[in-house]
Amino acid sequence: MNLFSRHKNTVVLAMVLLAQLLALAVQVKRQTAEGPVRVIRLVAVTTLAPFERALIYSGESVRGIWNNYLDLRDVRKENLRLKADSERMRLDRAREQEDARQARRIQALLAFKEQWIDATVAAQVIGTSGSETSRLLYLDKGAQDGIKADMAVITPDGVAGKVLTVYGDHTSQVLLINDPSSGVGATLVNSRLQGIVKGTSTGEVTLNYIMGDESVQPGEALVTSGGDRVFPRGLPIGTVVKVSMGRNLFFDIKLKPAVDLNRLEEVLVITSQKPRGPDTAGLGPIRAADILAQHLPGVPQTGAPQTPAPQTGVPQAGAKQTAPAVAPQATPGGQPAAKPVAPRSPAQNAVPAKPQATKPVASEGTRPQ
Amino acid sequence: MRAINLSYTSREQVEVYRFSWPVSIGLPLLLVGLQAFMPVRLPFFRIFDFGLLLTIFFAVSRRSQVSGLLTGAAIGLLQDCLTHTPFGVFGIAKTLVGYGASSIGIRIDVENPGSRFLLTFFFYGVHMAVFLAIERELMGQSVHINLGHEAGVAVANSLMAVFLFALLNRFKIRD
Repeated sequence: MNLFSRHKNTVVLAMVLLAQLLALAVQVKRQTAEGPVRVIRLVAVTTLAPFERALIYSGESVRGIWNNYLDLRDVRKENLRLKADSERMRLDRAREQEDARQARRIQALLAFKEQWIDATVAAQVIGTSGSETSRLLYLDKGAQDGIKADMAVITPDGVAGKVLTVYGDHTSQVLLINDPSSGVGATLVNSRLQGIVKGTSTGEVTLNYIMGDESVQPGEALVTSGGDRVFPRGLPIGTVVKVSMGRNLFFDIKLKPAVDLNRLEEVLVITSQKPRGPDTAGLGPIRAADILAQHLPGVPQTGAPQTPAPQTGVPQAGAKQTAPAVAPQATPGGQPAAKPVAPRSPAQNAVPAKPQATKPVASEGTRPQ
Repeated sequence: MRAINLSYTSREQVEVYRFSWPVSIGLPLLLVGLQAFMPVRLPFFRIFDFGLLLTIFFAVSRRSQVSGLLTGAAIGLLQDCLTHTPFGVFGIAKTLVGYGASSIGIRIDVENPGSRFLLTFFFYGVHMAVFLAIERELMGQSVHINLGHEAGVAVANSLMAVFLFALLNRFKIRD
């Protein structure tokens, strides 16, 4: 005798009740801070999330004890390696600071504004969808931590996904970039071509809508374009690994994500972005001439008296901007001895004079950096 | 050593089992929860479909089509809750698997590892075929599958089924 016939009445009652409950739960949407959510999803997630959170935290505790023991070993060797890394990074930083200063000057000239990451919330991954066909993560942060739908989710390596739904105060659902229903505006770093990064049903990441007559090479990096209004511009997405001709005249471009999407344990949710111009403090005067002067070939400096440059960062209307009169002079050691000086009037340029010595020219426009 | 008995001649020869309510409800919740949690630490766990394995196990143990399809529907809907796809994708697929597995369970011996392996391999294929049909025909999604990968996943799930079913046999209560 099977279960159904033994408890026929109870089973039928349970079935009818279950069917009605399911139908109700599927139809009814509960209003949450992030919009309507189906009751059945809300119940399922809020039931499972505490268990998953408890499992994660207990696992973390055990692992923490073990890791503390392991960390004590090899600490001397690691210390030496880190010191070497630190030295190398200090050199890299010095080079990059100079590039960044120059980039900010150019951005200020163009009145450039972009979305800057203003605030992030660190969150722990507590679960997945448990399915290969639905690439989702569950985080231990929710509405109480300021998480809202459509917020970007990143790691220090790059883009991971975006918040799809917030389930209550302490749980949210993230759609990874390798899910077929995801989409991220992207720019190829070298060619500056723009497309949309999407996932596939097999969990791969592809770049779409790049015309087949363009040039895209494997190994080229890809960053967010900011066009989707979810991800700030310039975050790493991945690199091109394979380019082939697809259907409809578009390339079929496969990517290697910058983030290991299968091994995400902690992520950052960008909770606030603000439009901001570049920080120009300490950059000195911002004029096209100054920036060009660092790149154009040098012209021997004449001995004519220098006219103090205006302090304003933006070229004045009607004022003629000429090519820089002086480019950085090189010392015997190969180091630039002087920063570019302010642009001079054509009349000044016309005056023949002796070449300038390597002494820096003191003017408003040549503040040493 | 026990010989593999591939078919029965009558319903009476088939052993029918039942399960306690805590097992019937708690086991799917535990394993589906585990399936959602484990890939965070062990990414390869993503390939296992414990919902499918449980549906097959309950169906072939109870050997009742109604019970099998209801169990499949409940487990499938539970899995649907954790995805962002519409409800019913896994629900429908596992309802059919539950019905099919219980129908087969009535006719053949499913107590030995070999038949359990083949049964799981077969129903993994059925599950995938139904899933693809729903995604493509009902939802209009362009789903592509890698046959080699899916075959590997089917083998992995079938091997897992052999071990899991042996473990779950402890919860069986002879009817």
